[in-house]
Amino acid sequence: MAKIVAGIATSHVPAIGVAMDKGNTATPYWEPLFRGYGPAREWLAKLKPDAAIIVFNDHASAFSLQLIPTFTIGVAERFPIADEGFGPRPVPEVRGYPDLAWHLAESLILDEFDMTIANEMPVDHGLTVPLSVTCGQPAQWPFPVIPLCVNVVQYPPPTGMRCFKLGRAIRRIVGEFAGDARVVIYGTGGMSHQLQGERAGLINRKFDTDFMDGLTRDPAALTRITHTEYMREAGSEGVEMVMWHVMRGALEDDVTEVYRHYHVPASNTAAGLIILENGSGA
Amino acid sequence: MSTPPDYESIPGTYVYDARRGRQGYQLNMFCMSLNKPENRARFKADPAAYLDGFSLSAEQRRTVLERDWLGMLRVGGNIYYTIKIAFCDGLTFQDVAGMMSGVPKDVYAKMMLAGGRSPDGNRFKPAPGGTDHG
Repeated sequence: MAKIVAGIATSHVPAIGVAMDKGNTATPYWEPLFRGYGPAREWLAKLKPDAAIIVFNDHASAFSLQLIPTFTIGVAERFPIADEGFGPRPVPEVRGYPDLAWHLAESLILDEFDMTIANEMPVDHGLTVPLSVTCGQPAQWPFPVIPLCVNVVQYPPPTGMRCFKLGRAIRRIVGEFAGDARVVIYGTGGMSHQLQGERAGLINRKFDTDFMDGLTRDPAALTRITHTEYMREAGSEGVEMVMWHVMRGALEDDVTEVYRHYHVPASNTAAGLIILENGSGA
Repeated sequence: MSTPPDYESIPGTYVYDARRGRQGYQLNMFCMSLNKPENRARFKADPAAYLDGFSLSAEQRRTVLERDWLGMLRVGGNIYYTIKIAFCDGLTFQDVAGMMSGVPKDVYAKMMLAGGRSPDGNRFKPAPGGTDHG
């Protein structure tokens, strides 16, 4: 029987990937950020999950404005690394997990989540930076990945509540999978940041801290944050945090916070990372 | 048109909603084409000729050719798309963010190192129904 054993949420700032790819992680600017990723890597290496579901958003890489699916699940054997406009990141191709991905796709649709199914989907920094942050720079990623892509580029993204409910469904459906797999789920994006307009550079440490606290204390309250509140309080691109709710919804009601790291700035962004384990154990 | 959405009260912010989606489609699809290295080379070699292949408005065309980053947002540009022009120029996201917020690069970088732009005083436009960002 398969089971979601733990959740990770992390920012997916492209500059973090560039810093790793160029070997700049020990510079005074980046060292404090990367130092905080060490314990997360150790935790994940010890957990040794069989697979990961990574909830992320595409940044005009696999999808353009021609087609804007709200939720997409990748069912391919492999996912190539996207060229986002400066060449593909020099990281390993991402291996898929078609058996579980198709099981999720079929069951989610029958459960009334209208998933888009992707047989081909290059993946960009939204998915690869979280892998880099938590796995370092291996020759191959240590586990297969099911990419779950959420639209946050064209307003409106799905609500936090919808994302949470999707997570709830994922938890149950993974549990019904005939195979045997311990699965970790990633929510990515955020935390507070604004990349556009005269208000670029907005950071809200209090909002971010309260949000991370709320994941264990009162996740239901977090699902009621409106898009306007995210944008006003956490910056226009802070609305990416709806994706963290998919991760939280996929865990048990009772979770334990294992680790957190928060650092400002990573380029224009407040970089946050949190690890949650189910109360019943990983 | 119904009442303006509540996020219009956020200052200095261009939410990519239906209105901007209609206005900016061609501009952003031009940016999308820059995901291909051969297109980047053609755009760099002759920007004006490359833009002839897309149905941009005169103002959209001007903002691209002049690298008016804020202007692009005002004519329907989406930052996840327009940033691809900056990548073509060898600029970073932080370079462009600084330019959009109207301060020199080092001033913007210092602000970020000091914890970023505070939300205090930046949550609402100054006057009720204040200036429209276009």
